[in-house]
Amino acid sequence: MMNWKLGIAALATALSATAATAGPTLDKVKERGRIVCGASQGTVGFGSPDDKGYWTGLDVETCRAVAVAIFGDKDKVEFVPLSGQQRIPALQTGEIDILPRTLTWTLQRDANGINFTTPTYYEFTGFMVSKASGVTKVEEMTGASVCVQTGSTTEVVVNDVSTKLNLQLNPVVFDNVAATRQAFFSGRCDALITDAAALASVRATQSDNPDDYVIFPATKYMDALTPAVRHGDDNWMDIVNWSIQALLNAELYGITQANIDEMMTSDDPRVKRFLGVEPGNGKALGLGDEFAYNIVKQLGNYGEIFDRNLGAGSALKIERGPNRLFSDGGLMFPMAFQ
Amino acid sequence: MFSAVLDNRRFRSWSGQILLLGGFAALLLWLVNNTVTNLDARGIRVGFDFLWRPANFPISESVLPYNPSDNFLWAYVTGVGNTLAISVLAIFLSTALGLLVGLARRSKHPLTSGVAGVFVTTMRNMPLIVHLLFWYALATTALPAPREAYNPLPGVFLSLRGFYIPALELDALAWAMLCLVIVVTWGAWRLRHHLFGSGRWHERHPVLALLGLTAAVALGAALLLRPGAVVSFPEIRGFNFTGGLRLSPEFAALMLGLVIYTSAFIGEIIRGGIDAVAIGQWEAGRAIGLSERHTLTKIIIPQALRIIIPPMTSQYLSTVKNTTLALAVGYPELGLVVGTVINQTGQAIESMALLLGIFLSISIAVSLFMNWYNAHVALVEAR
Repeated sequence: MMNWKLGIAALATALSATAATAGPTLDKVKERGRIVCGASQGTVGFGSPDDKGYWTGLDVETCRAVAVAIFGDKDKVEFVPLSGQQRIPALQTGEIDILPRTLTWTLQRDANGINFTTPTYYEFTGFMVSKASGVTKVEEMTGASVCVQTGSTTEVVVNDVSTKLNLQLNPVVFDNVAATRQAFFSGRCDALITDAAALASVRATQSDNPDDYVIFPATKYMDALTPAVRHGDDNWMDIVNWSIQALLNAELYGITQANIDEMMTSDDPRVKRFLGVEPGNGKALGLGDEFAYNIVKQLGNYGEIFDRNLGAGSALKIERGPNRLFSDGGLMFPMAFQ
Repeated sequence: MFSAVLDNRRFRSWSGQILLLGGFAALLLWLVNNTVTNLDARGIRVGFDFLWRPANFPISESVLPYNPSDNFLWAYVTGVGNTLAISVLAIFLSTALGLLVGLARRSKHPLTSGVAGVFVTTMRNMPLIVHLLFWYALATTALPAPREAYNPLPGVFLSLRGFYIPALELDALAWAMLCLVIVVTWGAWRLRHHLFGSGRWHERHPVLALLGLTAAVALGAALLLRPGAVVSFPEIRGFNFTGGLRLSPEFAALMLGLVIYTSAFIGEIIRGGIDAVAIGQWEAGRAIGLSERHTLTKIIIPQALRIIIPPMTSQYLSTVKNTTLALAVGYPELGLVVGTVINQTGQAIESMALLLGIFLSISIAVSLFMNWYNAHVALVEAR
């Protein structure tokens, strides 16, 4: 079902003479009047349309931040829902400009035609099992059937965990998200494996009773979910990087959607540079100097986005944990905005 | 003079063909060149050396032995093995069911032909993917959890996790003996007139005599050589059943869907083939005193086959290609494996090329076989 789409993507690579490589992505995007982002097929908290069809989620807002940086308008974005398998070819062939879609940063992907920008979310790969099974950690899962979605790093994790702990897990591999989840909730599998936050999202939105399920980490290793861009356009990569950096820096400086206009009169030289009161940053990227101001004005800082989509302000109630700023003991590290 | 060359029929036909061929070659060259340039511009490596790297991803079930530490090449082979296995089984079973449906459609009994007619109409007019999803949803919702599995006979379990039956596990020696017994029995059956002479009781009961002989030989060999044969019973241990022979819900849903869908088409092909044989052939059969059954098998079917084989070839080819829909129900046929390989390696073009090549080879093999069979049953006319 998905393979013919991949085939078309491969064919598109063969046919598009110079379309995708003609000039920098920024020019193409400006000419088109909007950016095109890869999105998930519905993972609440990261990327899904709400009941009015408006896309929300952490990945989605990352993409909106880039749209604000370029056009000053968070709605100049088009979202293309992609399966795990389709997402990388779609980026490589120029169907989308940015791929912020719960994409784990790995060597093989990085080396093979895409570049990773700045991690927007750190987390464990997790297992979800029903509470009735009595299982609370990986070591107790001997012989369990695990529903896995193809096109993700979790396929390899299942195998690694199974081999390392000699668990003899029975993977049942599906091509699409909905089938994988349906098979888990119907009892075809004992466990569902994916990113822990996505599991929390599935549990909160798709189970009959979220309290019947428990989630625990599959390994002690952490993944960095990172938006990616195509090889070959350094300026575009910089723009995406610094749009994300703007969200992180704003949180570090205590700039929020609510107080940003007051902050314009701040005496802190860093804040002045950040907001474009002291010019130069935006121009260096080929953007307006007020791009960071616009991003925070329209979307808020990273903490606000996290809170509204995944944290206390959302249905998922996920702890910030490793996704706090370094200054609060987390892994998020804003680079110097100068 | 120039117009003389243009008017030359040989020249025109040859130059046309050369132009066409040249154009095609140029198009191909342009495509390849374009692809290489684009891939290079995007920093995508091309080549087949990834095939020797360890695959590291699991395949949920396979006919051939597969371990995630095997290389990508073996993952492909495993996918091909699964595709071939389900294709062959689906073709075999749907032909058998299709024959029944076709014959039932021709039945004089209104109930039989009516039921067969409804079967064909409904099954043929639903997309295959709906069949597959229906059976899979049924298999994963209507059945009980493994701990509450239906247990109709000792050692037989039916649950969400599949259908488990006891398995006979043979070692190499036992397999060799089994093969030998089959070969000896078949040989003896072919040579029964020479072996047993005639007129005696075993001439009148050759099956009994054969069975007795084989049993005696097998028992003697078993006592002398002691081959290893163990019956393994499925039992629930931890989360799942271990031991025994397993039919997974994914495989079962795929088989049911494919066989029912395909048999509706095959039934119609067979009915059409039989109906196309002139009524006079039936009357001729009856006139020389053949029973209905003999008329059908000796006179009608050999003639109907000539009409049936060509559309049947197309049907078999469709069935092979339809197996790629298995990824909707999580059965790891070649398409699903290729999708995973693309995601793990990023080698989309190479993987799609392999997928195309493999399916083309399988389809060509099927059609060559069917063409050979078609020639075999064709009417040999006097020269």
